[in-house]
Amino acid sequence: MNALIRDQMSPAACVIQRFKKETQDTFTIELSPPVEGSSFHPGQFNMLYMYGVGEVPISISGDPGDTDRIIHTIRAYGAVTSRMMTLKKQDMIGVRGPFGSHWPVEDLAGRDILFVAGGIGIAPLRPALFHILNNRARYGKVLLLYGERTPGDLIYRNQIERWRGRFDLELEVTVDSAREGWRGNVGVVTTLMPRIVLDPSNTFAMLCGPEIMMHYTLQELMKKGLKDDQIYISMERNMRCGIGFCGHCQLGTAFVCKDGPVFLLSQVKHLFRKREL
Amino acid sequence: MTKNPLKVADEVVIERDDLQQILQVLGDDGYQTIGPVIREGSMEYGELKTVAQLPIGWRDEQGPGTYRLKKSEAPSLFGYVVGAHSWKRYLYPSIARLWRSERDGSGFRVSEEKDQSHVYAFFGVRSCEISAIDVLDRVFNNEQFSDSIYNGIRKKAFILAVNCTSPAGTCFCASMNTGPRAKTGFDIALTELLDNGRHCFLAEVGSERGASVLNKVTFRAAGEEDDKALARGLLEGALRQMGRTLDTSNLKTIFSDNFDHPQWEKVSGRCLTCGNCTMVCPTCFCHSIEDKTALDGQYAERWRKWDSCFTKDFSYIHGGSIRSSEKSRYRQWLTHKLVTWMEQFGTLGCVGCGRCITWCPVGIDITEEAKAIMEKPNTL
Repeated sequence: MNALIRDQMSPAACVIQRFKKETQDTFTIELSPPVEGSSFHPGQFNMLYMYGVGEVPISISGDPGDTDRIIHTIRAYGAVTSRMMTLKKQDMIGVRGPFGSHWPVEDLAGRDILFVAGGIGIAPLRPALFHILNNRARYGKVLLLYGERTPGDLIYRNQIERWRGRFDLELEVTVDSAREGWRGNVGVVTTLMPRIVLDPSNTFAMLCGPEIMMHYTLQELMKKGLKDDQIYISMERNMRCGIGFCGHCQLGTAFVCKDGPVFLLSQVKHLFRKREL
Repeated sequence: MTKNPLKVADEVVIERDDLQQILQVLGDDGYQTIGPVIREGSMEYGELKTVAQLPIGWRDEQGPGTYRLKKSEAPSLFGYVVGAHSWKRYLYPSIARLWRSERDGSGFRVSEEKDQSHVYAFFGVRSCEISAIDVLDRVFNNEQFSDSIYNGIRKKAFILAVNCTSPAGTCFCASMNTGPRAKTGFDIALTELLDNGRHCFLAEVGSERGASVLNKVTFRAAGEEDDKALARGLLEGALRQMGRTLDTSNLKTIFSDNFDHPQWEKVSGRCLTCGNCTMVCPTCFCHSIEDKTALDGQYAERWRKWDSCFTKDFSYIHGGSIRSSEKSRYRQWLTHKLVTWMEQFGTLGCVGCGRCITWCPVGIDITEEAKAIMEKPNTL
């Protein structure tokens, strides 16, 4: 792959086929792919362009086996994502990508897999889970731990309910705080750790969420005997170009946009949680 | 002319009064010739049509936070070294439009920029600057992508190097192993020879392109004893005149062991985070990607512009800046130049040109800061 920057820097206009509001501030868009297709690896991201407003990096959250659509779940945080929330079916959005490294699901056949998601961090993990469920017989035990702020912030609600009905997937959900009527777990995602059983010799973990959440999750995983080369984390930094030229996403020696966002923990452990690095 | 045509690595002598012929040939060959000229009291790079436009008889005095051009007694053509400009501004323009787009119903149409690569001949490239261009070559060709703007200009550029015989007070190319003599990466390299009434240039052929240019100008054979020996002597002398030194043997420790060194806090008390050092640095490559949109929302453009890691906005993600303190931004810049760059690109990001020292408004000296950290490691 030796593409020219202008190709990489030019967004393709894609039509929104479906717009689904997940929660008060989170929505999922389904786009018809550009002519070049929509193939991607789980964990990669696209740069999404809201015409006239700006461009943001957003992980792809659809099924990698389904090349008929590009799916992104977006939480409205800033100017661009807030404007994107006003989009509707048949509107267009600019797409460039996919960029970055990916969850190495192909290499982990035969392994037990643990996903730990914090908040919107479930969106970049979902393609990996889709891949594994599409090829379920090739993997061992599969667990998903998902922590959210409140029950009202839970995304992919229907899907999670369906997944909970599966016998070949262990799924635990917890929320930081809840009102009366919530009968699930309350507490940060690490509070789910004591109740899960892992085989440290055969388990690989994939983490995505706020750094502080990943930090405490890592400590729990270490206690359970997982090593640095059994854990993958997805990092987030300011990204402008997506192709390793603009320099904004540097994390010490790494360019998060092209060397990441998915890193093996042993690659970045010395960089992780270093204040203001 | 009945002379044998020149080959790569040949050395010949060109008289001072014949130097104009090189500019002439380059111009005739379709190059836009760029070289050192005096503007607003300092040496800058600009269009150079004649040798007479060069800062003849000027030398520069450089120190932390100071730059002065001084008249010298010698009528040398290249008696100064580098100014605030570097060739980066031609190879990697400070602003460039990437595309334009127009609204089209509910969507939009993007039209990419046409290739408008200039064909430049750089006249008077210093050895450290050749190293800086080599650094940018690595930056803009990573394992996955190539930058077409940079590479489009770079591939066509003709490089006429000038070896440094009188380094400035902020120079430390000898420490960085990037000068004062250009060893590779040029089409022609000149050494100015000025003594006892003689004023000529020893010219080394660096490429086929360089040979074909020199074959069209007046030259004579270079004498082993006089011309070549004089040039050697001057360059050896230059090695000993470096205004600064930097011990590169232990640079890694700056990052690995001294992330919390008190010196970072100390230097941040002086640093204005103005970003001058990143603008004058010949290897700093960071840029922002910015959109401009017409008020009626019917038209938009995307531009890239040089950016600086000294701004707070540079590392912004939702919720705030990753590097919100001045200390962390200075640390990012210095450790990138001297440590992390190596792992990213297989070379250091500093070529020892001294620009960041000279053009820092408060005279912060990268060699002093690195020394302070390496000599007194943070053992707390």
